[in-house]
Amino acid sequence: MSQPIIQMKNIEKHFGSVIALAGVSVDIHAGECHCLLGDNGAGKSTFIKTMSGVHKPTKGEILFEGKPLNFARPRDAIEAGIATVYQDLAMIPLMSVSRNFFMGNEPIKKFGPISMFDHEYANEVTMTEMRKMGINLRGPDQAVGTLSGGERQTVAIARAVHFGAKVLILDEPTSALGVRQTANVLSTIDKVRAQGIGVVFITHNVRHAMAVGDRFTVLNRGKTYGTAMKDEVSPEELQDMMAGGQELATLEGSLGGTV
Amino acid sequence: MTETPQTAAPDERVKTRSRFREALIRPELGGICGTLLVFTFFLLTAFDSGMFNAQGTMNWTIVSAQFAIIAVGACLLMIAGEFDLSVGSMIGFAGMMIAIFSVTLGWPVWIAILVTFVLCIGIGALNGYIVVKTGLPSFIVTLAFLFILRGFTIFLPQTIERKTIIGGIRDVSDGDWLAALFGGKVFKGLFQWFGDIGLISTFERGTKAGQPVVDGIPMLVIWALALIFVGHFVLNRTRFGNWIFASGGNAQAARYVGVPVNRVKIAMFMFSAFCATVFAVCQVMEFGSAGADRGNLKEFEAIISVVIGGALLTGGYGSVLGAALGALIFGVVQQGLFFAGVESSLFRVFLGVILLLAVILNTYIRRMITGEK
Ligand SMILES: Nc1ncnc2c1ncn2[C@@H]1O[C@H](COP(=O)(O)OP(=O)(O)O)[C@@H](O)[C@H]1O
Ligand SMILES: [Mg+2]
Repeated sequence: MSQPIIQMKNIEKHFGSVIALAGVSVDIHAGECHCLLGDNGAGKSTFIKTMSGVHKPTKGEILFEGKPLNFARPRDAIEAGIATVYQDLAMIPLMSVSRNFFMGNEPIKKFGPISMFDHEYANEVTMTEMRKMGINLRGPDQAVGTLSGGERQTVAIARAVHFGAKVLILDEPTSALGVRQTANVLSTIDKVRAQGIGVVFITHNVRHAMAVGDRFTVLNRGKTYGTAMKDEVSPEELQDMMAGGQELATLEGSLGGTV
Repeated sequence: MTETPQTAAPDERVKTRSRFREALIRPELGGICGTLLVFTFFLLTAFDSGMFNAQGTMNWTIVSAQFAIIAVGACLLMIAGEFDLSVGSMIGFAGMMIAIFSVTLGWPVWIAILVTFVLCIGIGALNGYIVVKTGLPSFIVTLAFLFILRGFTIFLPQTIERKTIIGGIRDVSDGDWLAALFGGKVFKGLFQWFGDIGLISTFERGTKAGQPVVDGIPMLVIWALALIFVGHFVLNRTRFGNWIFASGGNAQAARYVGVPVNRVKIAMFMFSAFCATVFAVCQVMEFGSAGADRGNLKEFEAIISVVIGGALLTGGYGSVLGAALGALIFGVVQQGLFFAGVESSLFRVFLGVILLLAVILNTYIRRMITGEK
């Protein structure tokens, strides 16, 4: 297999006395969808935040394209090509789609010494990118608040792709969505992967993971049992690992296998 | 702009809206309606009172311009998600510092003005720094400065001059180039010509005989227009403007994409202090004195103008033009009731009613635009 874009080796993260991550290793390759599974509180968000420069790992090493790397700020990670879409915080509902799309990356048009926000360019790109993702806007100045949850995720994903992300991290993009919107987001992930971008897809839903994932890493209470390829693992096994094996087997028995 | 081929089928659930409706549904609509309402009301009730002749018009224009100067600062700050309750005290403080520097200490007025600007903008930066570093609500932090600055404004002149009003600024500022930028008038020739051709009336006797009753546009009004223009331009036409919206809309989301939220907020506190100081310098030059009670309650008048103008109290949404209309409404109502001979205590009743109507309309419009629940 080619060289991974990102290698996370034995990452540990402690918050005071809480050990959120106790040595987690994951590789992200170009053009693959790597699913990070785990129950609430397993440490998934904490893990990807060490990848995107929000948290500094307490221990462990991060290699980006083979070179050791230390992100001081989220901005560094973004500039290196690691884009993160946070579930609730991806978009600002009060602002228009095009203002959101270019937030932090506003295109500039110069008039002598004055630099202006190039609205024309921003609007055009926004409309084009949204159409590519299958979303029809009333106009680029439509507020994000008028979009559905799935559409907002899609705008955030399109934005990351447009700005040249090599790795796209999606933190539970589907957990608040209905069936149809989930399907849309999953198909967006598929499109993004096809462009050669490495996708990190966080979820606690095994079916969503199975639908698009190439490789699977399960986190449980800050630890991982390693990474499995798609053909090496069954949904049932993933489900068991997420819940810590034993307990779920018992619980599942008593619920008649419906979990 | 929409030449690109349509790849997605039109969504049947996106209702098409008429151009007219699109043009109408904007953040300033509440302010526009309020302005029309107020002008209609006073044209009907106070037309003969002189409210709309040259002098009357200049009267409410100046009052509105005063509101507008501080409203622009409050508007950008509010959109960035913060309040500044120290604006009123800052006005009193800035005026007093100019008086102390120029009259008591005898500095040239232009130096006194520049030092006061630096001092006040520095205090604005301190306000902002404390807010972003402690994470405390700006409401509390600037409330503290409301008291601190007012305290100094009373303490300093009492200690130095044994009084709470320092006069004599007109004498020292005569001929000062920077003072003229705040206290002077422009277009005097034009107004003289208006007077000569009879467009506006002239004094009939006395020392001013032949001169027009309104002899120019005060610099205060020019400052207000300039600040409105710059504020509107920065907010809507620059990258920084997008950062202002983003910082107030959701600071965390903005940080995640690399917007320097803390810097934006501190800059807006500094701008608010700048506007307060502009107000103070104009006022000091007009009155020729500084008083310890100047600027009292101005922070609320600024915030009310901004809210009438369609801004959201919690940040992330608003319009400088709206805030300017809010200031205009405020000024016209305050002066208009006087012209209409209405009992002046009813000013508050009238203002309260307008505030309520504008905010209800604004909330309705905003929900239509932003899809808020
Ligand atoms: N900033 C923080 N300070 C202290 N503890 C934290 C912090 N962030 C996360 N944690 C703790 O780390 C653990 C993992 O949390 P998180 O990564 O959010 O889980 P997940 O995303 O898998 O649901 C939880 O026990 C949580 O309470
Ligand atoms: Mg999480």
